[in-house]
Amino acid sequence: MDLLVVLSFEALKAVASLALISVGLAIIFGMMRVINLAHGEFLMLGGYAAIVATKAGVNIWVATLLVSPLVVGLFGVVIERTIIRFLYGRPRDTMLATWGLSLFLVGLATTVFGNTTEGISAPAGSLQIGDYRIAAYSLIIIVIAIAVFAAIWAVFRFTRYGLIARSTMQNADMAAALGVNPSRVYAVTFGVGAGLAGLAGGVMAPITGIVPTIGAAYVAKAFITVIGGGPAILAGTVSASVLFGAIDQIITYLSTPVIGEVALLAAAVVLLRFMPQGITGRFFRRAA
Amino acid sequence: MTANWQGNGGLVAATVLGLVLLLALPQIVDPVMMIELTSYVIMAILALSLGLIWGYGGILCFGQSAFFGIGAYAYAIAVINFGDSTIPLLLSIVVPGLFAALLGYFLFYARITDVYFGVITLTVTLILYKVMGATSGSQYVIGAAPLGGYNGIPAVPPLNLPGRPDVALSFDGLFYLSGLTLLAVYVGLRLMLKSRFGQVVVAIRENERRAELLGYDARFYKLATFAIGGAIAGLAGCLFANWGMFISPDVFGLAQSAQVIIWVIVGGTGTLLGPIVGCFAIQWIATKLGAQQLLNANLVLGTILIGFVLLVPKGVVPTVSDALRRLKFRPYVAPLVEQRRVP
Repeated sequence: MDLLVVLSFEALKAVASLALISVGLAIIFGMMRVINLAHGEFLMLGGYAAIVATKAGVNIWVATLLVSPLVVGLFGVVIERTIIRFLYGRPRDTMLATWGLSLFLVGLATTVFGNTTEGISAPAGSLQIGDYRIAAYSLIIIVIAIAVFAAIWAVFRFTRYGLIARSTMQNADMAAALGVNPSRVYAVTFGVGAGLAGLAGGVMAPITGIVPTIGAAYVAKAFITVIGGGPAILAGTVSASVLFGAIDQIITYLSTPVIGEVALLAAAVVLLRFMPQGITGRFFRRAA
Repeated sequence: MTANWQGNGGLVAATVLGLVLLLALPQIVDPVMMIELTSYVIMAILALSLGLIWGYGGILCFGQSAFFGIGAYAYAIAVINFGDSTIPLLLSIVVPGLFAALLGYFLFYARITDVYFGVITLTVTLILYKVMGATSGSQYVIGAAPLGGYNGIPAVPPLNLPGRPDVALSFDGLFYLSGLTLLAVYVGLRLMLKSRFGQVVVAIRENERRAELLGYDARFYKLATFAIGGAIAGLAGCLFANWGMFISPDVFGLAQSAQVIIWVIVGGTGTLLGPIVGCFAIQWIATKLGAQQLLNANLVLGTILIGFVLLVPKGVVPTVSDALRRLKFRPYVAPLVEQRRVP
């Protein structure tokens, strides 16, 4: 019984982490049809921001939950203004340019921080469940993921920015005719997506540690989740995270983490064979 | 098709030039540089394979290094087991070709968009990197070949005369073999693109729906192009395993995949010469960067990639040849179909 609780807790944590590292990518892709290949490096920057801030004496919660998303979000706005905005409507070139950005950032981080693993220790201790002990920080990740998704849903559903953003993505010309500046909406939306990537990077930093090349460890999973999820941002990310997170965790429990990732990829390829538009291309079509 | 230098005359001239370079370079270049040059030639074969499927097939493959690495591993594992290199050489072409066909079946027949295709192929190579990296330990052995995890497989036996394992290929021999292979792949692809099959492939790139309405199954043609590209990349991988006598999961890494993309985009998509030129230029720059400590290589390569996408999206070879044509014929002549950039 205790084992079952621990296992389902671990599975929940896997789903939450997957959703958290994917949601920034999902917003940028879902709203703007831009595949950001530098997503992993945005996570990496978020991690470094948290570590640098913590080492400078900032409270660790402020560092991971505020400094990381703000720094990376602002960086995202700058990138949108200097690179991405020239490439709208050219998805291939956008991917290539963001890949270039990804290499650039890895090189930059290596130059600045060196090719060593930096880390901060995870706050909070451990929880006792029967004979097992689990890290309390895992519980915090689950809570943060739920809070982030609730906040995104509320922002897009209830705020003026959310309404303007959704309308711009549906029909930019019409929104512009009604007095909205689409260019500014794109910049803000890209910044929001980047900021969420930064937040995920900051939250994951105490668990994984940060190296300049850590982005590569995240991107594969994040891409599969977003593509498997399909057009609806929140419903897609959540449903794909649940499906792939569960597959990953079950196979990992039965064999090794690497085989778990292979199973995740194989599941995604087979899923796309039958649902080329992703899960929400077929189900939950009207979800946000 | 109309310009003369693109006809058979140009092909013969290119072949002769290639042969002359192949014979002359070892005489005038010093031995240390020859080692570098041999790797450039091998990588140029890999660049050509992506030049085919991206530039002519219109298939956005971000994971070409997956087939390169599979070819290298297939050769290394088989040659350690068999001793004689004839069958391993064939396997290094067939195995990645089949893998490309299997992956392509799922992706092309689902008709997913090219952006998804790029992401999935990239993911495949990243996961292969992790899988091969996780094979350290004595339980991961195929026949007599230990896989070795991130440390890779050392002491890969070189190619030998068919049936004569005692007559191994020398290092000079590897340069000649690689050069001849590059030339043969180049000529073979030029002829293939002139054939009916090649014309259909280009037609699908230009307008997939129109080609399908004319009765061509775009999925099949894309699948075939992809498999051919995978097989060529695998052959390059086999030569690469010979070059270093060593193979490790790094061939599947993000850096390797990015390099191939950069070669093709710098040289120019929609040409066969472009990927070769881009490959030599970028590798030369990478070698120079490796020799100094000031600038990180990723920093420079990333800047080059962003710069080319924003400023020279057609790549060097099409841009230069367009400019030349404009000088030659004063009234502007529309670019040839073959040289048009993939949208």
